[in-house]
Amino acid sequence: MSTATLPTFDPLDPLALDAQLDEEERLIRSTVRQYVREKFLPVVAEHFEAGTLPESIGQDLGALGLLGMHLEGYGCAGASATAYGLTCLELEAGDSGLRSFCSVQGSLAMYAIWKWGSEEQKERWLPGMAEGKLIGCFGLTEPDAGSNPAAMRTRAKKTDAGWVLDGAKMWITNGSLADVAVVWARTEEGKVNGFLVEKGTPGFSAPNMHGKLSLRASVTSELVLDGVEVPEANRLPEATSLRAPLSCLNEARFGIVFGAAGAARACYEAALDYAKTRVQFDKPIAGYQLTQAKLADMAVKVGNSTMLALHLGRMKDAGTLTPQHVSYGKYHNVSTAIDVARTARTVLGANGVTLEYPVLRHANNLESVLTYEGTHEMHTLILGQAITGLPAFT
Amino acid sequence: MKICVLVKSVPEAGVTKRINPSTGRLERGGETRDNPFDTHAIEAAMQLKEGGELQVDEIVAVTMGPEAAAKALRKAVSLGADRSIHLSDEALAGSDVNGTGYALARVLATESPDLVLLGQQSDDGECYTIGAVVADHLQMPSLTQVIKIDVEGGALRCERQAEYGYDTVSIPLPAVISVGDAINEPRYPSLKAIMGAKKKPLETKSAADAGIEADRVGYDHARAHCAEFAEPPAKAAGQIIEDEDTSETVEKIVAWLDERKLLA
Repeated sequence: MSTATLPTFDPLDPLALDAQLDEEERLIRSTVRQYVREKFLPVVAEHFEAGTLPESIGQDLGALGLLGMHLEGYGCAGASATAYGLTCLELEAGDSGLRSFCSVQGSLAMYAIWKWGSEEQKERWLPGMAEGKLIGCFGLTEPDAGSNPAAMRTRAKKTDAGWVLDGAKMWITNGSLADVAVVWARTEEGKVNGFLVEKGTPGFSAPNMHGKLSLRASVTSELVLDGVEVPEANRLPEATSLRAPLSCLNEARFGIVFGAAGAARACYEAALDYAKTRVQFDKPIAGYQLTQAKLADMAVKVGNSTMLALHLGRMKDAGTLTPQHVSYGKYHNVSTAIDVARTARTVLGANGVTLEYPVLRHANNLESVLTYEGTHEMHTLILGQAITGLPAFT
Repeated sequence: MKICVLVKSVPEAGVTKRINPSTGRLERGGETRDNPFDTHAIEAAMQLKEGGELQVDEIVAVTMGPEAAAKALRKAVSLGADRSIHLSDEALAGSDVNGTGYALARVLATESPDLVLLGQQSDDGECYTIGAVVADHLQMPSLTQVIKIDVEGGALRCERQAEYGYDTVSIPLPAVISVGDAINEPRYPSLKAIMGAKKKPLETKSAADAGIEADRVGYDHARAHCAEFAEPPAKAAGQIIEDEDTSETVEKIVAWLDERKLLA
């Protein structure tokens, strides 16, 4: 076989995975990449430093059609799972905060309404949320109920007029931005129900959380529910157990599998670019064996993570993806991305700790990503049970 | 009215451009993208349509090139073009500007457009001349390097980037206008538009379909051939001025510019 026709090795796509995408997927991917490069990357450092999210993000992502893009109907595009994943990859190559915004809006808040809501609820909320004109958040985690959401203390009490909610949620992305919060609470019968709590409802507040060293370009809030009255029409009628919120999390963490590969790619690219131009002892540091070992390690990790994400995307589109597969993906890709980010930081030397380069910003963000949407430890145990048949959670 | 937009598939910006030594032609393998200047032309067409001052019924994207060139058409329809035409024929390979302009004009003639828009230059050939050649064949007035278009009655009032400022020119329709990248900020294609792009009609035409005379196109009939080529000469190293005392640095830079008579 002639080697003349073989494509050359692309350092930025070491496994030639581009060839595995169809033209539509490539156009979606390159559009999101272009948006991130032109509109988001120029401002991310200042927002990360200030602890804010650019205000236009909702409308921007809405205009691009990325919010709830994998849902059918109600103003959503009905794209494939793989296309959604590639979008998450490109958004998180910008910043995990940007991808988190998209994940929470599309895969948690919108998916919850789309999957478990009534027709009226879908009509009322989803089109505006798809456009980014209405923002949603998702309240499951509590101060004392993280990996064990069954221990939630938020209560929903049935009244003649509807329901009264009491409790508190924590670590809620988009909390104070949200026009509607999907709040999960336990009823007096002991069932877990979901409620749509609208901004401004008496007794409901969403104070922002401060002092984060991670996901700084993202809004994180508490949700405080103090005798909040909501009508029965705001209860998600199809959700009656923890299975409902967990199904939403499974959607979101599928996006994280791709997103983490994007964050890793951004760090690797920054390191490669730096190594080729940074001269020490009269030659670029890319020419030294120790740096090449780091670059090779990062290239392999980025390639493998992207291939894994793409494989899981194809499985999801084929209807064969299980929650255990998603755990496999998050387990591998997030911890690998942290490795890549930290290795990239060492290639950039002191410059690596500044906001002028993306690597430590990504490394810090990925600490959150490692923990949210199922901690690394919980995914380890899910895999452990899947492998052995023996649950080791408690 | 109908607007036709000429688009071209060009090598990705990061791809090193190489001239094949045996053919003397640019190698067109590798990753490609739509020519960035053409996205400004599509945006200009969309703004004329959405502006409402002209009744634009249809925007048609047109390209000439091998099979892979259709990618630029799909981008064009995802940005808002209503349908697209792909002129593709082995006989057209290696056409020079003259042949390419003639061939595109033949396709455009069958569409009878009221306005033809295109990017002022392509990222690969950078010849800036296709618009003028097409206009000549279509017997239409032509403007190049346009950075502003306003509707003025049935005509267009355009600002054209000139060497020392702008020319303001009124041009009757039909016309051929090439645009610069300062004319607008192209929109991003929305996901729905990308997914809807494959449902919009794409017509593939051969040279014969378009009524192109075979002896006027292709490498053998090109009037210009690349006889010799060489790598661009290496640039001399620049002069680096370390900023120790800023007023001194400014003085040094001003002196450097003054020496070369670059200060007005």
